[in-house]
Amino acid sequence: MANMRTMSFDAVIVGGGGSGMRAALQLAQSGYKTAVITKVFPTRSHTVSAQGGITCAIASDDPNDQWQWHMYDTIKGSDYIGDQEAIEYMCKTGPEAVFELEHMGLPFSRNDNGRIYQRPFGGQSKDFGEGGQAARTCAAADRTGHALLHTLYQGNLKNETVFLNEWFAVDLVKNADNAVVGVIAINIETGETVYVKSKATVFATGGAGRIYASTTNAHICTGDGIGMSMRAGFPVQDMEMWQFHPTGIHGAGTLVTEGCRGEGGYLVNKDGERFMERYAPNAKDLAGRDVVARSMVQEILAGRGCGENGDHVFLKLDHLGEETLNAKLPGILELSRTFAHADPVVEPIPVVPTCHYMMGGIPTNVDGQALTLDDAGNEQVVEGFYACGEAACVSVHGANRLGGNSLLDLVVFGRASGLFIEKQLREGVDLKDATEDDINRAMQVLNRINQSQEGEKASVLRAELQTIMQNHFGVFRRGDFMKEGIEKLKALRPRIENVQLSDTSNAFNTARIEALELQNLLEVAEATAVAAEWRTESRGAHAREDFQERDDENWLCHSIYLPESQTVAKRDVNFTPKTREAFEPKVRTY
Amino acid sequence: MLEVSIYRYNPEVDSEPYMQVFSYDTQGKDVMVLDVLEKLKAEDPTLVFRRSCREGVCGSDGVNISGKNGLACITPLSEVVKNNKLVIRPLPGLPVIRDLVIDMTQFYAQYEKIQPYLINNTPAPAIERLQSPEDRAKLDGLYECILCACCSTACPSFWWNPDKFIGPSGLLQAYRFLADSRDRGTEDRLANLDDPFSVFRCHGIMNCVQVCPKGLNPTKAIGHIRSMLLSSAT
Repeated sequence: MANMRTMSFDAVIVGGGGSGMRAALQLAQSGYKTAVITKVFPTRSHTVSAQGGITCAIASDDPNDQWQWHMYDTIKGSDYIGDQEAIEYMCKTGPEAVFELEHMGLPFSRNDNGRIYQRPFGGQSKDFGEGGQAARTCAAADRTGHALLHTLYQGNLKNETVFLNEWFAVDLVKNADNAVVGVIAINIETGETVYVKSKATVFATGGAGRIYASTTNAHICTGDGIGMSMRAGFPVQDMEMWQFHPTGIHGAGTLVTEGCRGEGGYLVNKDGERFMERYAPNAKDLAGRDVVARSMVQEILAGRGCGENGDHVFLKLDHLGEETLNAKLPGILELSRTFAHADPVVEPIPVVPTCHYMMGGIPTNVDGQALTLDDAGNEQVVEGFYACGEAACVSVHGANRLGGNSLLDLVVFGRASGLFIEKQLREGVDLKDATEDDINRAMQVLNRINQSQEGEKASVLRAELQTIMQNHFGVFRRGDFMKEGIEKLKALRPRIENVQLSDTSNAFNTARIEALELQNLLEVAEATAVAAEWRTESRGAHAREDFQERDDENWLCHSIYLPESQTVAKRDVNFTPKTREAFEPKVRTY
Repeated sequence: MLEVSIYRYNPEVDSEPYMQVFSYDTQGKDVMVLDVLEKLKAEDPTLVFRRSCREGVCGSDGVNISGKNGLACITPLSEVVKNNKLVIRPLPGLPVIRDLVIDMTQFYAQYEKIQPYLINNTPAPAIERLQSPEDRAKLDGLYECILCACCSTACPSFWWNPDKFIGPSGLLQAYRFLADSRDRGTEDRLANLDDPFSVFRCHGIMNCVQVCPKGLNPTKAIGHIRSMLLSSAT
């Protein structure tokens, strides 16, 4: 590729959502030459869809609130495989990161005393589970993600970050030392392919909910960072852990925030029964998301589902009154009227558990450095390579994320990555240049796709993959069923690798992008499938019919999927927080 | 079968744009315009448009639907199909890159001009800056803008002067910061807008209000800016 242009930066961030822009902001402020590669204009990133808020112990609703209580809730929510050092860092640093956002202009809702409004969310408690429900989720009405993403974009404009908008990163470039030295990227508008060289490459590429047929995720959530990382031979962690959000609008998949239940809404079955009282007598509708989602499916399977086909339940909000709904949940009113044809002021919203969040991802340390295993199985930092946000698995969510913790995760660890890279750059980064061979290796997939005239259409293959994942790796899982799913994915691999690209033009060729995204979806699906079949217990979001109990003796660990050998290894969970003793695993009830 | 007429233009192949007619089987369902586009793209992958969230919050899929600007993902066929026909064109007034994808550079440049960030150089407190619920309520109807460009590309004043008139979207955002009790940049912001074009090219046509998919009212915000400019001049 002698004629390919090279662009050089101190740091390149792939992804223009919340974590990517927070990392970029940190680096731009420090004066380092920073670029954000983003396949959509930054404010179109999926962070924009986050509704309910950002959970953080800022002690506004309750002046006595403590970050340690938030830490306890998060660890319990994770079903004890969240890394305690990372969770401690997130909960402790959180208030500072949230106040920074407010100082940048984020239009949070307010209490009468002028402080930020906080609402109750699932899995929140005071006094380490002893003091009842907490209200810890900082909100801008039910548009917190939108407000946060726009504020971060504005902050980056102010600090003159370089944006490569509507550019698509294709693959990582590695040097002779297996260090990452940038990415190959396509300018979507012109079709030009460029080697973007960098001393630090940060993957802030978000989730991959589009591996499922029914998802709250945007079309763009195709796991590009996971796919690129796996193709480069790096491992991924906890990929079996997918959160199904209890309240996706039936049929449409669009998200209805947990904030609805935080504000006093609740779920009912066809008999009008508030069934969560049976499954979680204390927290009821504000139990962990995994618990609520499973309870809903059990109601449906027991024949107590609503609607003609009995395939959903209802979320009741009308008792809250029009005034409260207009003030606290205006976006939900809009979404429900548009997509469910139901006006929550007078009638309930039909909802069903819907794929929502990838707890797994690229394993990193608290500084955002990506981790791999050496030949002897020891943990090792990948030089030049970082990840943050949903693409990363640091891991603060373990087997089940608490609502409101994703926005906190992306702000705290986007910031932490930026801070660490800033320090690295100041101390000097010396990585070997990529050779022509190294670059050609990173061009293989793109070259293959560009020449692929035969094969099947991307839309057909994508739908097939999504159906396999939906049917074989859903809310409830079973060994024989998953094995069948894995076989189906294996058979699908050569067909997806041979996907047809009938449009060979350069100008804004979205068919090419979709063909590349499909390669990434396949990698994510495969890692999910193999890791899910491997973990023979039920924990958090991973619920097996054939292994219904949590098994701490054998499975209090992370899964590490190694793409080259297609095998899974165990990795220890961190139980050594820095400033307090660890929270030991105990039975998880709500 | 629904007759769907779509604006097509690929600069590498076509000497000029043309309208291509597709058929779409609604199966009696009132789906969204984006669902139609997705289905047609599955059959003809060369059809190009932007989309992301598919729920009306990311602002990617602003297009002109049967003559009116809107978001494809939250516009049901029942609202826009007339005589069994649906016509989809790119948003008007900005250059077309390909098919339904427009070059939004000028639109974004106008947004950047208004200094779309909080200006407050006083030292920040250790916690958040306080703001009363009443002051916060002044931002409602302003901060929700999704930068879809439906309004600005429906505005004749913006068509004439896309380089000099900020346009409804940018001005709505300008007022979002002018109205923020935490902002200290009012003087600077107003000085920045005080010329014959930036604000005063708005002639109150109100196309922006008509088309805003989020139900926002840029004309009202522009009215507030005008008043502020006039009172700061006296």
